[in-house]
Amino acid sequence: MSGASLARRSGDRAKLLRRVTDVAAMVFGLFLVFWSVLPLYNMIRVALQEKEDVFKTDVLPTAPTLHSFEAVFTESYWLLKNFWGQMGNSFEIGVAVAFLTLAIGTLTSFTIGRLRIRGGWMLTNAALMTYVIPMSFLAIPIYWIMRRYGLGDTSLAVIAVEVTFATPYAIFIFQQYGASIPFELDEAARIDGASPPQIFFRIYLPLMAPALVAIGTYALLLSWNEYLYSFLLLSTESKITVPVGLGKFLNSDEAPWNYLMAAAIMYGLPPLIIYYVFRRHMSGGLTMGGVKG
Amino acid sequence: MSVSTTFDLAANTRRKTKSKWRGGLLGKDYLWALAFITPYICIVLAFVIYPVAYGLWLGSDINTYRMLLEDPVYPRAVVNTLLYLAIGVNLKLFLALMLSGFFVRREWWVRILLLIFMLPWAVPAIPGYISIHWMLNGQWGLINNVIWELFQTDGPPWLDEANFAFGSIIYAYIWKWTPFWTLIFVAGRLAIPRELYEAAEVDGATKMTLFTNVTWPLMANLYIVCTLLSTIWSLGDFNVVRFISGGGPALSTHVLATLGIRNAFELGNPSMGMAVVISAMPLLIPLVVLLMRRLSKGEVQI
Repeated sequence: MSGASLARRSGDRAKLLRRVTDVAAMVFGLFLVFWSVLPLYNMIRVALQEKEDVFKTDVLPTAPTLHSFEAVFTESYWLLKNFWGQMGNSFEIGVAVAFLTLAIGTLTSFTIGRLRIRGGWMLTNAALMTYVIPMSFLAIPIYWIMRRYGLGDTSLAVIAVEVTFATPYAIFIFQQYGASIPFELDEAARIDGASPPQIFFRIYLPLMAPALVAIGTYALLLSWNEYLYSFLLLSTESKITVPVGLGKFLNSDEAPWNYLMAAAIMYGLPPLIIYYVFRRHMSGGLTMGGVKG
Repeated sequence: MSVSTTFDLAANTRRKTKSKWRGGLLGKDYLWALAFITPYICIVLAFVIYPVAYGLWLGSDINTYRMLLEDPVYPRAVVNTLLYLAIGVNLKLFLALMLSGFFVRREWWVRILLLIFMLPWAVPAIPGYISIHWMLNGQWGLINNVIWELFQTDGPPWLDEANFAFGSIIYAYIWKWTPFWTLIFVAGRLAIPRELYEAAEVDGATKMTLFTNVTWPLMANLYIVCTLLSTIWSLGDFNVVRFISGGGPALSTHVLATLGIRNAFELGNPSMGMAVVISAMPLLIPLVVLLMRRLSKGEVQI
């Protein structure tokens, strides 16, 4: 009898303790939301202001308006006059980078991993080195080399650089993913007389589809978010990408912060949507990472 | 981005290639293999090897380094870079490791919270940094508005004083990059077999000893590799300093990555710019060697 009530009492204690930690975890969670969202809230708050209100000291937007978004849509402010052109440029470069990264990445990893070309490990090493070197450290020589190649002020130069820095990661993922495709498939196809291109297109690519989606998204986002090289390599107004255009705002003497934030939101939305839609595909291998041995 | 990265380690590949080599590549097949591999070889030659060689050549004049040492901005940038790496990277990874313990909880609201927590990483860097830049404006920024509302006093001039500006850079960097590394550590924790925890709990382990005796020993390798990788990437991070402080006030918050670009393009002296970058090599090369060695042991996957 007394043993049972003792057990119940200690059960109550444990329950209470669990409730306290739950509440503590929720308070901590609220803090995390606040921390994560604060700069984004600031972005939205300013975007909802009128140009003159930017210098008011309100914490909440007092008279929210969509005027700055309207200005972005209609390009009716001088720094926004080619906003949609810039979006188009960013998009074109991103698609080209994604396509080329997929093409070159799959061909390379197919040759190293499936055809097992002699000396393939040297390329893997070169890719690993490129992956590890910070992108910005090659900006100065690449700027001059692009001019020497006759690619100064062309989007082709930006595409080339971004493909260079996106491909190594693509090669790793493809090699790793490709290792799960049984070799017997290749051998069977070979016995039936299939040539390497046939194996590549009929067997390798279709089975790699999930990895292609993940890396395509990765390359597209890498390109969409890239600033430094677009800033250095593109100078003609009609060729620049959105982040370069946003950077120009900061150098202007006026303070059109509401337009800047509205444009920044428009630019930030596509990757956000892509990220949350493709999240499952991209984090499919989440549990593969981590500890081994 | 690299949530499911695995380095297919160079050494492993080599071993595999040798052991499974069947001499299958003959004649036409060999030509196909060469054709398939040519695009990437061209890219490496044209946009990696040549730029590296050209960059080394640009920075090969000893006099440039003498000029660099006389430039008062340079030593300041070196100190800033070291502080930025020592504080920023370690604080960020420590926070990420702790937070990963929180995000492996299984409640439904923790999962939703993780989606919100990922926002800083999912939003492109430039809009986030620009917003923080304006948020920290001494006169009209949101933070000082709030401080005024609450305490009727002026907040600090976040971006107009060297130490505050540097702190703001660290803040923006941690805000932006902690989510990504938290995901990596969450994956690392999920890969630890649950039986280990159950066995330890049966043996009377507390939360603390579970961490020190189970989680940490199994995560240490991953943590070290992440530290190396993150240090290398942060060494080359240009955007955060560029958009938070712009190197100011009075050039006091430059790091090597931004100073190199400034020397090369704003001052129009590519050799001086390259000299800055090359002066980071004594730090970069040992880090890369350590990282490669860790990775080629094959113990850690990212």
